[in-house]
Amino acid sequence: MGKTVSVTLGTAHFAEANATVREALSQNDTVEVNGVFAQRYLGCAMPAGKTLRIHGVPGNDLACYLDGGEIEVFGNAQDQIGNTMNDGCIVVHGRCGDAAGYGMRGGQILVRDGCGWRVGIHMKQFEGKRPAIVIGGDAGSFLGEYLAGGIIVLLGKPGRHLATGMHGGVIYLRHPIGEDEVSAGLVQEPADEVDRTVIGALLRRYNECFAADLDEPLDESGEGFHRLRPTTVRPYAALYAN
Amino acid sequence: MQDYLLPRYKVLRDADQCVRCGVCERSCSNEVHKVDEELGRVIANHRACVNCQRCVVMCPTQALAITRWPQVGNGSNNWTLGAMQDIAKQAQTGAVLLSSMGNPQPYPLYWDHLLLNASQVTNPSIDPLREPMETRVLLGSRPDALKVDECGRRVMSKMPPQIKLDVPLMFSAMSFGSISLNTQKALAMAAEELGTYFNTGEGGLHKDLECYGEHAVVQVASGRFGVDARYLNAGAMVEIKIGQGAKPGIGGHLPGEKINEEVSQTRMIPRGTDAISPAPHHDIYSIEDLRQLIYSLKEATRYEKPVAVKIAAVHNASAIASGMARAGADVIVLDGFRGGTGAAPLRIRDNVGIPLELALAAVDQRLCDEGIRSKVSLVAAGSIRNSADVVRAVALGADAVYCASAALIALGCHQCQDCASGRCNWGIATQRPELTRRLNPEIAAERVVNLVRAWNHEIQEMMGGMGINAIDSLRGNRLMLRGVGLSDKEREILGVKHAGE
Amino acid sequence: MRKRATLREGDVRIPSGCAIAGIMDRSGARHGGSDILKSIALMHDRSNGLGGGFAAYGIYPEFAELHAFHVMYESKEARDRTEAYLDEHFTSEKQERIPTEPVKGIQDPPDVWRYFLAPHPIKLSLSGLDEAEYTMQHVFHINADIPGAFVASSGKNMGAFKGVGYPEDIGAFYRIEEYGAWLWTAHGRFPTNTPGWWGGAHPFTLLNWSIVHNGEISSYDANRRYVEQFGYDCTLKTDTEVITYLFDLLVRRHGFSQEMAAHIMCASAWDEIDKMESGRAAFETALRCVYASALVNGPMSVILGSDEGLLALNDRLKLRALMAGEKGSMVYLASEQAAIEVVCPDVQNVRSIEGGEPFVVQREKGA
Repeated sequence: MGKTVSVTLGTAHFAEANATVREALSQNDTVEVNGVFAQRYLGCAMPAGKTLRIHGVPGNDLACYLDGGEIEVFGNAQDQIGNTMNDGCIVVHGRCGDAAGYGMRGGQILVRDGCGWRVGIHMKQFEGKRPAIVIGGDAGSFLGEYLAGGIIVLLGKPGRHLATGMHGGVIYLRHPIGEDEVSAGLVQEPADEVDRTVIGALLRRYNECFAADLDEPLDESGEGFHRLRPTTVRPYAALYAN
Repeated sequence: MQDYLLPRYKVLRDADQCVRCGVCERSCSNEVHKVDEELGRVIANHRACVNCQRCVVMCPTQALAITRWPQVGNGSNNWTLGAMQDIAKQAQTGAVLLSSMGNPQPYPLYWDHLLLNASQVTNPSIDPLREPMETRVLLGSRPDALKVDECGRRVMSKMPPQIKLDVPLMFSAMSFGSISLNTQKALAMAAEELGTYFNTGEGGLHKDLECYGEHAVVQVASGRFGVDARYLNAGAMVEIKIGQGAKPGIGGHLPGEKINEEVSQTRMIPRGTDAISPAPHHDIYSIEDLRQLIYSLKEATRYEKPVAVKIAAVHNASAIASGMARAGADVIVLDGFRGGTGAAPLRIRDNVGIPLELALAAVDQRLCDEGIRSKVSLVAAGSIRNSADVVRAVALGADAVYCASAALIALGCHQCQDCASGRCNWGIATQRPELTRRLNPEIAAERVVNLVRAWNHEIQEMMGGMGINAIDSLRGNRLMLRGVGLSDKEREILGVKHAGE
Repeated sequence: MRKRATLREGDVRIPSGCAIAGIMDRSGARHGGSDILKSIALMHDRSNGLGGGFAAYGIYPEFAELHAFHVMYESKEARDRTEAYLDEHFTSEKQERIPTEPVKGIQDPPDVWRYFLAPHPIKLSLSGLDEAEYTMQHVFHINADIPGAFVASSGKNMGAFKGVGYPEDIGAFYRIEEYGAWLWTAHGRFPTNTPGWWGGAHPFTLLNWSIVHNGEISSYDANRRYVEQFGYDCTLKTDTEVITYLFDLLVRRHGFSQEMAAHIMCASAWDEIDKMESGRAAFETALRCVYASALVNGPMSVILGSDEGLLALNDRLKLRALMAGEKGSMVYLASEQAAIEVVCPDVQNVRSIEGGEPFVVQREKGA
């Protein structure tokens, strides 16, 4: 167990706040960040082995380019958490705003409650990296827009335009949508055994992360989930004529 | 369905010259030529010809030329052959027409209406062969005023990061994927040799090019391909691509067949999947969001690298650029509608955006009016054809220019506008190994270095003629330009007097 | 017969060549204008009769704390309007017609007046400006908005005497021999056109700055574009005007010494900077970076006069001639060496001002 230190940000400007946090991280593995008010970019490109525990309301772009570090937010998070993140984990004990996990290609984001619009937009996967987002509550519209890889598990209800432009990855829904709401080029079908293994592992993570917040742990069997997947990785192959 | 499309080109073969050596057949990935041993001659599939002129150049006996398909139109200026061909193609396929390179339509070319000045009597011209002539440019943001310790000759205020260009020209963004690795490598090598920069485009930085990082501008576009902390810190400058002159307002789409193993590794996406860049950055829906992304990149690079923002030249460019400067962009890049692309919907390419010259003049003037022009750098892009265009762009207010099409032409590109097919015979806009190996990076780099050195010398000659020995004194110096054949409104926007005034 | 309207400076940009000279007593002792007149007269062939002028420092010791406005009027109406304006914004200690003498070769001189003024204390404090900025803005206003009136100078204990004609005739017209100054500068102009306007003659002044300049700079429009971002309005479209504004921006507003301001305008060449040790190179690079558009390019030799003394500067490639010499506490500058020797035959230390290296002479402290 590495060393832990506390810093308090108050209303400090983000440049100063991030310098403070980076300085604390250079000497310690874990930093408790207290009194956070809207400072952007906390945990920017933070590498593996480092942990931020954030109390307050972190600003936008929390954990952008996250590179293996772990971030836990005790409260709600704003927009664009985990923007272009590469690896690591973000746990939010509350809800998160719009466009969480934009362009992420590795690691996990677990949100206890709901999320804003366009979460998981353009998430992708590559070789051993298969990013995952678990949303405990309802999601705003355009969840998984342009999805090119990775996994989204949604425990609440999705908004409209679910996964438009999705051409990779998979979305697991606890509440399936009507067939007329399934976007062109996608197919919704019951989760199979392989899917349930994947879902189960993520729900186990969810239960572990939020054990203290939940009245009782979720059922980890993955029973009753549906999956949404693209029928092709080349949805626009016939769109253009040279 | 019967295809009503006519061929576009016709191969002319001089039977007296042709020795049936087969070089043309081997040159052409479109399979236009075929040596027919039975007939004892070389036949051509005219329909497949895209006029890339590889065979013409390679033919050892100068037996070949390409001409237009000789079919006449019906005499209408409205329903031209081209207009009808487009309809035939769409009726056949139901598809969006795709093309490549910059807007080829006959809109005004303002460069050609701007004449340069030279000194006579009242001040001297300067001979760049014998007297110092500075073309070095620094790009980055600047404070209004500098605090210094005059006695100690030290800077007291913190200077924002700058990149240094020994020539006022960089190579614009072309991603690995849209162009071959050998092409990107040639540009990287040339940039290093010339003391300037190449731009990775939005496709990441291939591991073989990391050693050229000090001469790389690493681009961040809406697809965020290949973007991680290592990539951001590998380059000398980070560039946010908001838009591109060839296709303002739309995203990018690299088809799966171009995503081979190397491209996949560099973009960090699986092989064979389409690489789609959304139309907007989904973390930028407003000007204050641009500030958020600019500063996230500055945080990720510890404020050690300038952050450029590139937009397509559109109607409201000057207000947008002013907002970009206030949002913290260190370098503003304006890409005019003649800027090239590896693939763009034809209607977008040919109809959206405005000429670079007007946008550049308007943006420079607006930034001056707002008193913020000297805080930021301004780079002009979008079909800079020669050294005189560079001089004109600087006199209209640019700190430097980006050029790509000219560099590709130096490598053999003949602007056939067929990049999207992936069958580039010059080994440039292709990922096919049998084609990419046609382009030797060392030789290609030498051709680009030759081109830029020649241009730079011409720039020095033109500056010298004006009696200017540092490019700083040319920047925004519109008295060095005069318009010919322009309306009052055009001259007002360009901020130039008419020739003779 | 109606006079044909001619274009003035500001309506059109007129390239000019020139002769310049300066004489300064470092000790601060004052001397009459006959030497400077003789010096500039010797360079007669460098001017063409279309502009000449002088700046003199230390000429109004009895009003040393007041702004001495030299104002040229083309009509009675212009004078009435200007005086009403001055009355509104300044308090006047004294006002009088500047004594002149009819000189053959000087035609249609304007009516020339001087006023010894202090900013109206309440208006000054309401404006939120300092005294210098307040005064400068009102000078700009008169010059831009009152037709037929032009403030030739507005500094303290100094003044400019200028007009259309050969400099020696202008000097005689203004009877400059009768003034005692510790610093004199002079200008003989060779414009390519016939502006025919007294306000367009040189020296150009801004508060206590005065500038005489020889050469046509090629960087004019780049420099203009730069200073206009800081609120200066280049109405005369002359090199001298823009160079003055550059000095004012760099010295008064950005806090550089005159010498450093001159160095910024004639910055070290990149090939020299590349050979410097890293700290010094970073310093020079930062100056060139932030002040890239303040670089002055093309033929230029200038003499800048101020309360501190004088500064002479040649462009980086030394495309103009400017000589300096000394004797005792006296310092002499002129476009040609003979123009120094004609007034000081036993001058010592004669040398040329090097390209891009400011030559600074300061008045001795307490002088």
